[in-house]
Amino acid sequence: MTPSAQIGVAPLLDVRDLRVAFRTPDGVLEAVSGLSFSVARGQVLGIVGESGSGKSVATQTMVGLTRGARITGEALFEGQNLLAMSPDQLQAVRGRGIAMVFQNPLSSLHPLYRIGWQIVEMIQAHEPVTKAQARARAIELLGLVGIPHPARRVDDYPHQFSGGMLQRAMIAMALALNPRLLVADEPTTALDVTVQAQIIRLLGRVQQEFGTAIILITHDLGVIAEMADEVIVMYAGRAMEVAPPRALFHEPSHPYTRGLLHAIPRADLAGGRLTPIPGQPPSLIARAPGCPFQPRCAESVDRCAHDTPPLDVLPGAVHHLSSCWLTAGNA
Amino acid sequence: MLAHRGERLSSAHHSARPGEPLVSLERVVKEFPVKRGGLFSRSREKVHAVSDVSLEIRRGETLALVGETGCGKSTLAGCVMRLHDLTSGKIVFDGTDITAASHAELQPFRRRMQMVFQNPYGSLNPRRRVGSIIGDPFDIHGLARGAERVTRVHKLMALVGLNPEHYNRFPGDFSGGQRQRIGIARAIALHPDLIVCDEPVSALDVSIRAQILNLLDDLQRELGLTYLFISHDLSVVRHVSNRVAVMYLGRVVEVAPVDDLYEHPRHPYTRALLSAIPVPDPDREAAREHVVLSGDPPSPLDPPSGCRFHPRCPRAEAVCASEAPRLARAPGDAAEHLTACHFPLADHELLATTTVGQRA
Amino acid sequence: MNSATNTMVRSRGPWALAFARLRHDRAALAAGVTLVGVLLLAVLAPVIARLVGHGPGDQFLDVGLSSSGIPIGPNRTFLLGTDSLGRDLLVRIAYGTRVSLLVGVLASALAVLVGTLVGIVAGWYGGLVDRALSRLMDVVLSLPFLVFALALVAVVGPSLTISVTVIAFFTWASVGRVVRAQALSIRELEYVQAARTLGASHARIMFIEILPNVTASVIVYTTLLIPGAIAGEATLSFLGLSVVPPTPSWGNMLADAMAYYRVAWWFVFFPGAALLITTVAFNVLGDSVRDALDPRRETASRGSPEDAA
Repeated sequence: MTPSAQIGVAPLLDVRDLRVAFRTPDGVLEAVSGLSFSVARGQVLGIVGESGSGKSVATQTMVGLTRGARITGEALFEGQNLLAMSPDQLQAVRGRGIAMVFQNPLSSLHPLYRIGWQIVEMIQAHEPVTKAQARARAIELLGLVGIPHPARRVDDYPHQFSGGMLQRAMIAMALALNPRLLVADEPTTALDVTVQAQIIRLLGRVQQEFGTAIILITHDLGVIAEMADEVIVMYAGRAMEVAPPRALFHEPSHPYTRGLLHAIPRADLAGGRLTPIPGQPPSLIARAPGCPFQPRCAESVDRCAHDTPPLDVLPGAVHHLSSCWLTAGNA
Repeated sequence: MLAHRGERLSSAHHSARPGEPLVSLERVVKEFPVKRGGLFSRSREKVHAVSDVSLEIRRGETLALVGETGCGKSTLAGCVMRLHDLTSGKIVFDGTDITAASHAELQPFRRRMQMVFQNPYGSLNPRRRVGSIIGDPFDIHGLARGAERVTRVHKLMALVGLNPEHYNRFPGDFSGGQRQRIGIARAIALHPDLIVCDEPVSALDVSIRAQILNLLDDLQRELGLTYLFISHDLSVVRHVSNRVAVMYLGRVVEVAPVDDLYEHPRHPYTRALLSAIPVPDPDREAAREHVVLSGDPPSPLDPPSGCRFHPRCPRAEAVCASEAPRLARAPGDAAEHLTACHFPLADHELLATTTVGQRA
Repeated sequence: MNSATNTMVRSRGPWALAFARLRHDRAALAAGVTLVGVLLLAVLAPVIARLVGHGPGDQFLDVGLSSSGIPIGPNRTFLLGTDSLGRDLLVRIAYGTRVSLLVGVLASALAVLVGTLVGIVAGWYGGLVDRALSRLMDVVLSLPFLVFALALVAVVGPSLTISVTVIAFFTWASVGRVVRAQALSIRELEYVQAARTLGASHARIMFIEILPNVTASVIVYTTLLIPGAIAGEATLSFLGLSVVPPTPSWGNMLADAMAYYRVAWWFVFFPGAALLITTVAFNVLGDSVRDALDPRRETASRGSPEDAA
């Protein structure tokens, strides 16, 4: 059952039952086990999860960045399955169709080449334009993302930019070919909070001015609340809950979501003792049957340890899904 | 009072009572010279990491030090722990001036102040066993040997929620949260008076953070600890601190009891910082003020004159560029609430004409 | 508080992990077996001599040389042939193995000991100490090996001890540099800061915190130094600067063989092959040891959930 914010319109990206497994000396590690979601044009989808949730692996696998893994399922981008594409076909999709922005801009950009050169090179790899045209576009993009004096800074090296500026440059590079979908994997985690605010604002502008759909991956629920149209909460490689932000934060259904909301400190509420989620995330190797959250769940019943609950619509809701036996009606 | 080198620094001299200052920082300055050029040229440049900071850490409290990259909070913590020598200023620990103390003179004080580090993966030696790591303080200060040390380590492990049977494991076998517990066990081994927590939960998963924060809370009560809590995460800070000091580019710009700071921020930077924190509630998020500062924080190599925040401050005026404001009580505030600003904000004053709410 | 007491993914320490990796490396196994063979050859040299009935210094001028006085090739009596004085090549090579291994291992061990010590001290203290020691290492590294060896031997006279000393002297500095670089980076790590805040003394930090983390690369370096030391010894004895004849060593055997290579190929081939096989085996083993100890591999095979995010 895949949610779609606009019923009746084919989604831009439709992922169905994605599974990604790695072979390790200790056994098979299932990083993603049965993930389905879709993104409509111009929509912002937020994927929230902690380490081990599989959120990064899922999106990286979609664009073919995961090597040495066993991948099953489908990832239909504008109707075509990314997972079945050859490297050449994927290369054509990357940059133009889907662009990615990563957490640490310093490691995503080549330190020895000028920023402008890197952008120009990417543009020219995909489009038949002259160097001068590409350079003009690069300068335009740098200005668009809020870098002051873009004509001067286009010839700077990455180490001459601050963290925030570098992340803007990354976004500029990602936007160079007008992608329909931008995947931002923890784009603000490494940045100071005031700079984070700037970047989030920038992403919002990108969505509004260019109609770019965005998949925003983060562990920060506050960032999600600001930006997302729809949120997926992932845990141990599966989606636990899917809902628009208001429903997710005000009426969280899944025990994991509720646990998270109680466990995170908030700057806008007076302090007090937090309620942690006991235990730790499970091992992804040799997974136990049943719901992955069961060992830490205070509300689990017998069935939770044996059968994995499907992601189902909550009774009475249209866009709110949860993967939990307690609400599936079949406890 | 000058520290007399020959005099033995006694650590059992005074003992501050709850509420009294345990650590006093007076006009602390720490600058790092920057070496540039080849063998013969020497650059005059300095990193002004900490510039004229005066603070008190009172016994039994949790004082938070917040700020962004380059504000000097980690350096200040290093000064408190006497990992660095001060460029100028004074540090007094429980009545004794330890500013100029030598390595040997500091030993008794090392037992009384400890640190919990940010990086659970870097703060433990990967080639040593966990029991040995936790037992280090006993070894270094010659307080327990052999079987007795093992017993004490077992007790510490249980106290922080670790299984004492894992005494002989290596750090690589533990998760991030568990490693932080190991680090905490090491820090409390000698029952110190003060623990400096340097971003203790920033590198941990969200669902684990609450566990560690609760642990720190429990330990504070059980062992009568005083915390200096350093963090850039203002949400965490609100939950753990009694008082908060906000730093910007080497200076303290505001210090207040925690609720006062969050509800009545006076300094424009504090206001901007608080408004930048994303709130996990879409309705409140849409309704509050968002101050988005322009540009990046300037470098501590070449800080601006006067009030260091003035280039980015929406309310800056001529005096801000020429005269550095001192920490003082703004009108209407409690005696404890100090702000270093020529034009502190009143409660309902909006900082800038930036949009209320972010997106349509 | 039982929230964190239970789950543990793996319980193998870093050394056990490395060893396990090594065991699965075919090249390492082959090299290891070869080296065991070489070691046995050295240890059992007197046994071999007794078995064939020829001592290493026994000259068989009648049966060991041809009618024209040229060494004879491999046959039933002399399994690998003879040398210019009719001595059994197999036995001499076996005894020569002792010299090579002894010098190779001893010199390397000495170099590593001194180099590690100097490297850690230089890396930890920094400042003036570091600068002084680094300059010292630079000077040592720029001295010409052979010229120095020749000069020394001219003064003191050739011997095994000189061999070991000279080779150790010329190699400790490269170890020192590598260790110093590592110590410099380890110094900045948080667990070293932690040791400082606990009040640990300099000595304690250097030997309990830094040394164990340097050991891995030191081990790798050692296995790669040994073949160099063996080759160095061969060079020295080729020039007559090492053990004194009639004590056999691969180097001095090769020196003698130079004049006879056209008529007695075995005289050059077998000592040369022994030298080559031994050095290659050490090199291969060293490569495998480095791969096994590579810290990046450690994280990958641990496969904890945090790494798969």
